[in-house]
Amino acid sequence: MNYDRILIRYGEMSTKGRNRSKFTNKMKSNIKRLLADDRIQVEAQRDRMFIYLNGASFYEVKEQLLHVSGIQSFSPVVKTSQELDEMKEAALELVKRAMIGATTFKVETRRADKTFPLDTHALNHEIGGHVLRGTENVTVDVHHPNLTLVVEVRQEAVYLSCETYPGAGGLPAGAAGKAVLLLSGGLDSPVAGYMMMKRGVEIEAVHFFSPPYTSERAKQKVMDLADTLTKYGGHVRLHIVPFTHIQETIHKQVPENYTMTSTRRMMMRIADRIREQTGALAIVTGESLGQVASQTMESMAAINNVTNTPVLRPLIASDKLDIMDTARKIGTHDISILPYEDCCTIFTPAAPKTRPRTEKVQYFESFLDFEPLIEQAIRDTETIMLPKKEKEMDDLL
Amino acid sequence: MMIYFDNSATTMPDESVMDTFVKAGIRFFANPSSLHSPGMEAERLIEKAREQIAGLMKVSTDEIIFTSGGTESNNLAIKGVASFYKGRGRHIVTTMIEHPSVFEACRDLEKSGYSVTYVKPDENGIVQKKEIEQAITGETVLVSVMHVNNETGAVQPVKEIGKLLKKYPSVLFHVDDVQGFGKVPLDLQAACVDLLSVSGHKLHGLNGTGFLYKRQGVQVAPLFSGGGQERGFRSGTENVSGIASLAKAIRLLQQSDPEKTREMTGFIRGQLIKREWSIIHTPPQSAPHILHFSIPGIKGEVLVHALEKEEIIVSTTSACSSKQNKPSRILEAMNVNREHAASAIRISLSRYNTMEESVKFIDALDRIVPVLAKKRNERT
Repeated sequence: MNYDRILIRYGEMSTKGRNRSKFTNKMKSNIKRLLADDRIQVEAQRDRMFIYLNGASFYEVKEQLLHVSGIQSFSPVVKTSQELDEMKEAALELVKRAMIGATTFKVETRRADKTFPLDTHALNHEIGGHVLRGTENVTVDVHHPNLTLVVEVRQEAVYLSCETYPGAGGLPAGAAGKAVLLLSGGLDSPVAGYMMMKRGVEIEAVHFFSPPYTSERAKQKVMDLADTLTKYGGHVRLHIVPFTHIQETIHKQVPENYTMTSTRRMMMRIADRIREQTGALAIVTGESLGQVASQTMESMAAINNVTNTPVLRPLIASDKLDIMDTARKIGTHDISILPYEDCCTIFTPAAPKTRPRTEKVQYFESFLDFEPLIEQAIRDTETIMLPKKEKEMDDLL
Repeated sequence: MMIYFDNSATTMPDESVMDTFVKAGIRFFANPSSLHSPGMEAERLIEKAREQIAGLMKVSTDEIIFTSGGTESNNLAIKGVASFYKGRGRHIVTTMIEHPSVFEACRDLEKSGYSVTYVKPDENGIVQKKEIEQAITGETVLVSVMHVNNETGAVQPVKEIGKLLKKYPSVLFHVDDVQGFGKVPLDLQAACVDLLSVSGHKLHGLNGTGFLYKRQGVQVAPLFSGGGQERGFRSGTENVSGIASLAKAIRLLQQSDPEKTREMTGFIRGQLIKREWSIIHTPPQSAPHILHFSIPGIKGEVLVHALEKEEIIVSTTSACSSKQNKPSRILEAMNVNREHAASAIRISLSRYNTMEESVKFIDALDRIVPVLAKKRNERT
């Protein structure tokens, strides 16, 4: 017995009114791109979506669907003919597969084909009875069952399902517009990106790269992080900005305890420029209040001062341990903790200002025009589309 | 055309595996530990290979340690566990039918103060779970049992033994799966395996490639001192192209059905049973690709050479023991008498063998055996 299709239930999307199809269409295309299997067809209806497997393995598809934002839950469905014996057999096997230990269940029949000789009550009875006879430690509970076996009798066929898997929730990636994510290589920024993607945001990631102070491995690490994020909905574009020259200039120009503040301000200015170029509407950071010197209220005010663009900080009130838990869950933790220097750890002053004053940093920066340096950095930015197919290596293996 | 029936000694490398080896060797030659980008690419290729293998085995990437093959994997598992856990105890349980790389590793440990119990198999060459349990003492740190015997093809009850060992949480379980990997399915989780040895050249990969699966949380002391590659468990510059070729060979396993060789060994077995001059040592329900039998009165070595003249390549015992000119230690443990053991022949098939070759093999035996028997009778 093979699963024939997967039924997807919408979460928050089902609260949408007339614009719902925008969300469902987005999710449909995200799923199609993610599964990348020619056999599979996806059909979006107003209140549910169907994936037609056409021979593809449910268990492989399942692993990928678990990460797709916008899905509340999904169930594999088996198709049988209208032969009662066939329906019974399929029902029994489904319950056996889904049950763990002793369990309660009920049968819920929907008879769309009214010409079917048995009515719903009789069908529930027939199928439920067969399941009870074929299993041990299973009892019927019509009010609070552990398992609900859904039987849908249609003219062309009968559809049965028993298992339900929880989805990732949220809204389909890309349905809520685009934002620029400052992606450092640390633990927080990938989690911030993930949380925004779950709310339907499409991500343009920006990374500041300072060769020769930071290595190729640090760059690879950020590519791996961005690549991991693509599992949670569609593609991510990664912009790698050469930052060495600006960092060296700040180092020469600005008093040491203000270099960190000034560096962040330059990053923000560049990110804002990339935001403009890519048509994004906001900047996302992994800042968490009070975590480090640049994330005090005063620092954020001084850094934010360079732009009017909304700066979204999904982790602002999260504890580090909670962030680490999420990082483990989404698979970025082990990549983030790899010990390569990034542009924030080099040139770190011994005692950065934790309470910088905006006027002061403006004054320090006023002696030099950073604009040409910023423009140069943006011109030299390398853009990588992820998931990147490392075709050469994949072909070898 | 040569008929190659010695795949348990080594398999013919698959052409596309060879292709990967050559291309990876040219394109990703840099040292994976180097800081520059060619080094990083080589490292990336290794990590991708590791991901691919771990994914196919449904284990985690940090559970794969690349080695130079089965012998090293077995030594690393046995000596590494013995050394790391020596404070826990100094007793090891293994069997009398292990490959020399397990057997001799245990012998070495005996020389340095460890005690080893070698469990005897039954006459089918299968070790019994209860015998393993009886051998366990409070000092035992490791049980090492092969999955498929390299000479007879007998499948050992590793799943039952692994489940049994759950009762002994301080005893680790190593399985030498060099002959079984890709041929006889083994669920590592269900069999509670802590360490598993795999070799590339038994699965149409290349000599000098292989890995040790080491379950998370299990520790081994490394065999080599050096640069700390493979997370410190296996120093020595990585064999980048070998590792890539191994990943390829393991992926190709997924596309072949090992049970297909059973049709051929089954046919040969049936034909041999019809002929009164043979005794079969491989029990039914063994690995699909191996058949071990004797033709009493004709020395194994003589038959190997006679078949070679017909361009059929087989071996007497395992390749690793065949030059010692002694009857097989494994057949001895199975209480096979010396004369029968001296006339033993092993054929081992692979996905590249055909039914037609199996028919030719039987035809050749039918021609050769009466001639050799006649010569022997003339001599005596």
